[in-house]
Amino acid sequence: MGRASGMRSGKHRVWGLHLGVLGGLGVLQFVLPPYHLGVVTRILLFSTYALAYNLLLGYTGLLSLGHALYFAAGMYGAGLPVYYLGLEAPQAFPVGVLGSAVMAALVGIPALRTTGLRFSIVTLLFGQTGYLLTLYFNRITWADQGLSLPLQVPPVLRYHLALLLFGVSLLGSLWIVRSPFGRVLVGLREHEERTHLLGYDPFLYRWVAHVLSGALCGAAGAAYALLFAYVGNAFASVLYSVYPLLWVLVGGAGTALGPLLGVALVTYAVEVASGLTHAYLVVVGAALICLIRVFPQGILGSLRKRGGRWLP
Amino acid sequence: MSARLLTRRELLKTAGALLGMGAFRLLAPYAYAGAAGQSPLRVGLQAHRTGIGAVYGKWYERTARAAIRTINAQGGIAGRPVQLVVEDDGTDPRRGIEVMEKLALQHRVDFIFGTLFSNVVVACAPRAAELKIPYLVVSEGYHVPSGKLNRWTFQPGITDVRSQVTAVAPWIVRNLGRRIAMIFPDYAFGYDHRDFFTAAARRLGAEIVALVPIPPTETSFVKYFPRIPRNVDVIYHVMVGPAVLTFVREMGEYFGRRRPQLFGFIDSLEGVDLGSPGLEFLEGTYFWEALPRYAGQYNTLWERRFREAVGVDANGASRTDPRDVSTYSHMFGVWETLFVIKEIVERSGYRNRSREDYRAFVETLEATERFEEGLGHPQGPKRFVGQIHQAFGQQFISRVEGRKLRVVHRTRIEESLYPPEADYRKQPL
Amino acid sequence: MPSPGLLALALLDGTTSGLLLALTVVGFSFSFGILRIVNVAHGEFFMLGAVLAWAVVTATGSFPLALVLAPAAVMALAVAVDRLVLRPLRYAAQPTVVATLGVLYVLQQLTLLLYGPEARGVAAPFGATVEFPWFGYSGYKLAVAGLSAALLAGLGVLLRRTDLGLMMRATRQDPEMAVALGVPVERVYTTAFALGAGMAAVAGVLVVPVQQAHYLMGLDVLLLSFVVVILGGLGSLGGTVAASLLVGWMDSLVSLFFTPTLARVFTILVVALVLVVRRGGPWAERAE
Repeated sequence: MGRASGMRSGKHRVWGLHLGVLGGLGVLQFVLPPYHLGVVTRILLFSTYALAYNLLLGYTGLLSLGHALYFAAGMYGAGLPVYYLGLEAPQAFPVGVLGSAVMAALVGIPALRTTGLRFSIVTLLFGQTGYLLTLYFNRITWADQGLSLPLQVPPVLRYHLALLLFGVSLLGSLWIVRSPFGRVLVGLREHEERTHLLGYDPFLYRWVAHVLSGALCGAAGAAYALLFAYVGNAFASVLYSVYPLLWVLVGGAGTALGPLLGVALVTYAVEVASGLTHAYLVVVGAALICLIRVFPQGILGSLRKRGGRWLP
Repeated sequence: MSARLLTRRELLKTAGALLGMGAFRLLAPYAYAGAAGQSPLRVGLQAHRTGIGAVYGKWYERTARAAIRTINAQGGIAGRPVQLVVEDDGTDPRRGIEVMEKLALQHRVDFIFGTLFSNVVVACAPRAAELKIPYLVVSEGYHVPSGKLNRWTFQPGITDVRSQVTAVAPWIVRNLGRRIAMIFPDYAFGYDHRDFFTAAARRLGAEIVALVPIPPTETSFVKYFPRIPRNVDVIYHVMVGPAVLTFVREMGEYFGRRRPQLFGFIDSLEGVDLGSPGLEFLEGTYFWEALPRYAGQYNTLWERRFREAVGVDANGASRTDPRDVSTYSHMFGVWETLFVIKEIVERSGYRNRSREDYRAFVETLEATERFEEGLGHPQGPKRFVGQIHQAFGQQFISRVEGRKLRVVHRTRIEESLYPPEADYRKQPL
Repeated sequence: MPSPGLLALALLDGTTSGLLLALTVVGFSFSFGILRIVNVAHGEFFMLGAVLAWAVVTATGSFPLALVLAPAAVMALAVAVDRLVLRPLRYAAQPTVVATLGVLYVLQQLTLLLYGPEARGVAAPFGATVEFPWFGYSGYKLAVAGLSAALLAGLGVLLRRTDLGLMMRATRQDPEMAVALGVPVERVYTTAFALGAGMAAVAGVLVVPVQQAHYLMGLDVLLLSFVVVILGGLGSLGGTVAASLLVGWMDSLVSLFFTPTLARVFTILVVALVLVVRRGGPWAERAE
């Protein structure tokens, strides 16, 4: 894909673009009507989730179908202490992140002994296990119904916090993939054998990437729970493992801004289509089919291929 | 569209004849023409148009439309016409939140109502408190009366599961037997049944000999029946979702003629024709109903008018398609909720989305103790307990006879009451 | 310890559901192994089979007719999906995931629109319950197991004994070599895709008298499809059948010992462990 050369050139343009996007998102809060402020807040949170997923799919080449496990681990990790122990939101947030990091670390040990499709299925199964455990421990989690948390965050502050989380994640993940560590990951994705021969342990590198990805998913899940005061196992279901895949593939796997673009596009596709017709999923489905035909590598992935090679 | 107009005409004709005020009532649609200059009152229905709750969602929406036609035909609410805004939440908590904000902030509705699935209710309740908009759910869940939600969330149109099972437990133990096995879905709706029926049955000296939670999305049930001891007196079953027919039929195949007594919650068969193939074996078994599906079983003027207005035939199916069976034991809650909104708006003097008007609405509803049986409350009279924002009504027990449900017992409201464990009125508005 | 009667019931029920599962997912396995795509919409072919069966039986009263018409219609649809969606994407792995997810949305919502949200069943063509000493079991379900086994065997013969089967196997092993040898690979793709969709539709038809047609029923199948296909080896018929039976038995037997949800957890973790430990897949090497 020739990413390596693209990465070295245009360093300023890259950081400029991303800071510009974040600045634009910062300005949006003054322009958006209240309803859309809420929509974009959620887009930012789910973009963080998608970014975390992209770290694994886009840069490490591992297609997980169980990431809802980490999103949910962050959600429950932060939400349950608030509900049962009366923890304050700022203290609960790191608990959620830690919970999902530990979960990703543990699941990674067996799951990363596999690669390719086998990895997808093993993660799918672990994801399902997590979902079923929320049922099994229903006296604590209240399963599907979930728990309303006694928290209230003003909408504008909520937007700021979501933007902060997204901004840190975006710049952080950009920094990671451009670091020597990130280059090894891309090397593993492109040429596992060769990278291995150079002395890098593939398992170890993938495991670290997996834990980072899991922790970041958990941060998104914890933030969602705390900002929207709800914990429930809908977010642990397989659907929420498929969503990040969809978002990332639409926006462009292995591109830094692809996750944001993917989440925003899919969210507003539903938003606009549901205003037009009851059968909005037909519209959304057809749009996905057409879009991927025009941009097979996702929007930013295809644009990069067609000339914007400097795009990270 | 033509079907809808027909319904309205039929409704009005019947209503008029019954009240002996034919001429006056036929003019009713125009009664609010004079008031049309007033801005309409907007109510937002959070509807399960897609997703797992779609059968209920369809009928909730039809019922809401029928109730609003009826209310408008009588001059609207406080002289203002009522407008319905519907948004699909996909039976999903995340979309539910989005839809709620859309209704409140973009459509600027006065009230949000009609949510069924408890995951959506529990996810949206904090949003209602933040948006400071009354949220009137029709969910049956024990979430509202448990005190775990907040001052803005109400359930004034339908009795919750705890009170349903409290009311029917004595009849079951007395008439069907003391050794009881429970089969229920392994999610929140099932847990309400598990916890409160177990408690009620034990108080009555009955024994719960098996608890069989069924994981969601299960499609085959045979493997679970062996968990039920052979010597039980009663199987208490409640299932929801598309697989309920399979469940019932496989239960029939497994137990055959040696079956114990069966007591089920009609939730298992809402939207399902009792004449469906495979349901033969339910003959002679018992069901809880909130409002009897078959006409004439709760024979009141108001029940007939409700049935007529929503467009339901004598078998509980759509008048235009006998295969399209309604969710009769739940959807009346939508109708009653809209009439509660009407009553409380009129009594509290609510005019617009101001803090004072909402305060008046919430406090007036909390101070209300009963809703009388009538056009607005066809399921029967309701006791309303303001501390826990929950309504309590009578319940029915029916027996399957000739592939239809015949009411054999009706519980009194008092039997469904339990001591409130919370007081929402203490929360700041 | 469960009685022998219960063990027998568990094994019997596991076999029935395993065979039906194999019939349902064999097409997913074909897409995976031969076209090398993940067809997220595969479960929808199963769902459409069921829904169309309901429509045909309701309109004509004939179950055998449904068994012919519904799969035929679904196969035609599969050909259209192949031509209009998959082929323009040149069967590229990641884009087809998004595109078939789009197909899933479209098919599900159209079904909701035209058929409605209800779960509807039809009467089994014959109803008798077979009485075993300890329990009763549906005679129709036994027949379904038999018919599934027969169809799978027929598919096996097709793969091994016909030119089409040879071409399919060649394409699965090495598409480039197949092209070099003059195999019309695109036609093989279309045929394999339609054939798999047709099998899923047959399974859908067979299941309506047992399980009702519902517009979301395809999703449950999808999850199991993944598991079975990886466990059994991509595109391998024998492996798919073996893995399906294994999943069916596990599910039934484990339910005897644990509470249902815990049984699921247990089954899933065992399958995951098998996948991690046996990197080649239990049957992958000696597939076909």
